[in-house]
Amino acid sequence: MSMLELTNIETYYGPIMAIRGISMQIEENQITVVLGANGAGKTTVLKTICGAMDPQKGKIKFDDQEIAKQDPDQIARRGIGHVPEGREVFPFLTVAENLKMGAFSRSDGDVDQDLDTVYEYFPILKEKHHQQAGFLSGGQQQMLAIGRALMLRPRLMLLDEPSLGLSPRLVHKITEIIKRLNTEQQMTILLVEQNAKMALDIGDYGYVMELGRIVMEDTCERLRTATDIQEFYLGMKDEGVRGRRRWKHRKTWR
Amino acid sequence: MEVVFQLLLSGISQGCVYGLIALGFVLIYKATEMVNFAQGEIMMLGAFFAFTFISILELNFFLAVAATIVSMAICGALLERVVLRPMIGEPPFSVLMLTIGLGFLLRAIAGAVWGSEPKSLSAPYTGGVFNVSGVIIGYENLVIIAGTALLCSLLFVFFKFSRLGIAMQAASQNQLAAYYVGIPVKRIYSMVWALSAAISAVAGILVAPVSLIDPLMGFIGIKAFAAAIVGGFGSLPGAIVGGLIIGIVEQFASLYLPPGFSDVTAYVILLLMLLIRPEGIFATMQRKKV
Ligand SMILES: Nc1ncnc2c1ncn2[C@@H]1O[C@H](COP(=O)(O)OP(=O)(O)O)[C@@H](O)[C@H]1O
Ligand SMILES: [Mg+2]
Repeated sequence: MSMLELTNIETYYGPIMAIRGISMQIEENQITVVLGANGAGKTTVLKTICGAMDPQKGKIKFDDQEIAKQDPDQIARRGIGHVPEGREVFPFLTVAENLKMGAFSRSDGDVDQDLDTVYEYFPILKEKHHQQAGFLSGGQQQMLAIGRALMLRPRLMLLDEPSLGLSPRLVHKITEIIKRLNTEQQMTILLVEQNAKMALDIGDYGYVMELGRIVMEDTCERLRTATDIQEFYLGMKDEGVRGRRRWKHRKTWR
Repeated sequence: MEVVFQLLLSGISQGCVYGLIALGFVLIYKATEMVNFAQGEIMMLGAFFAFTFISILELNFFLAVAATIVSMAICGALLERVVLRPMIGEPPFSVLMLTIGLGFLLRAIAGAVWGSEPKSLSAPYTGGVFNVSGVIIGYENLVIIAGTALLCSLLFVFFKFSRLGIAMQAASQNQLAAYYVGIPVKRIYSMVWALSAAISAVAGILVAPVSLIDPLMGFIGIKAFAAAIVGGFGSLPGAIVGGLIIGIVEQFASLYLPPGFSDVTAYVILLLMLLIRPEGIFATMQRKKV
């Protein structure tokens, strides 16, 4: 049984159909990645999973229980942490307050201990624990957003383009952290990325989205070698007749 | 000189009442981006509740105060749950109209239940005065000022240190992120309404001994609304400061300007503020994401 299972999900923004029937399985302890160009609908999938948007059709099962149409806070309480696109920290709360809010739904006594764990992953947050989150740099806010989601002690972590706008050094750092979470804490991870190289490097299984649909899915190992992926995501496109042939296709990617 | 002190004092105490109601406006606005135009009427209802507990049920004064605050908090939460929550996602204008209508409704209910002739509330401290070298200080005014100061300190501690208080801030700074971390945002909104109604109830209790209680007393909510804008509509300290400014200027206007002018001072100040510094005294740079 998969930890999270989407079946034929359709999600709308008003009249606009952003997700056009998507099915996915996220296996426990794996890193599942979702690739796709801007506007493919990756963020909308995550929003649908975490309850910020309700699917018009389809089923979402977490631990074999239907969670579609529940409020996002209830879904979070079930153990789904979310690092949203654009970080979305609480700008006027301090770093420490942001992290404590991450544990809002918990009543166990281990919150302080988890705070130390987060500080150990991200020492810079400890250094700046008294600063307002709005004044952190983009990379630091990304770490804060990840730390805040960790404070929930999630079993499944949704990450929406954590590498966006970060320097290569920081991307590497975040990548390492995601790997560590997966191996050290047995955390199941659903990673959405446009940075296909980074995602395919750490992922176990991958989905490729285009215009609200899944156009390809396979193990990351095999996706890395698939020609389409190499051309459109890894920048290994060969020019010439082949390139032209793909042109019509390609228009829709970006 | 005594006159100046006298006016200052009554200005401050009146300003505290405006400030407390303004606080109610701002709390709800910050959290839910709704402007509750029935805030003055909620204060009026609080005053009537206090009247009921004290003068009709003849409860001990402190017990009656506690009962008023608790019952008004419940009313606030119920209003949110029953009237406002179904409006989530509707245009702000509709919500605005709804709260104006709510104000009418509360006035009508108060008129039907308690009658429209003014009632007076006697608190244990009613009528007492200090005479400090010619300046007459009524106990009622002192209680208003002290009560407001106490309430503001409590609120400060609540928002700064309590988990719930910080969660309220979080929900108002970024609603979606609050949801993502598992904060029950809808319940938080109910609690914000409860808090806002409780604060207005305190304002009602404080002001009742110096003014009469009648269904129309809620109209000072409009001045409190002006106070909230002057303070920067989004800032809690700003609400109190805005209230104080309007209260004090109003008192001086009542003495030094021709009769009738004092009642429009609130709007003149509002207008000046909008011209000079439209973002209010305590401008918050806050941009909210929904
Ligand atoms: N708030 C919105 N209102 C209307 N359409 C939206 C909104 N957000 C996204 N969309 C549309 O939904 C589609 C998917 O968007 P999104 O999930 O953000 O894609 P991605 O995360 O893959 O870049 C896009 O075509 C986008 O234009
Ligand atoms: Mg996106």
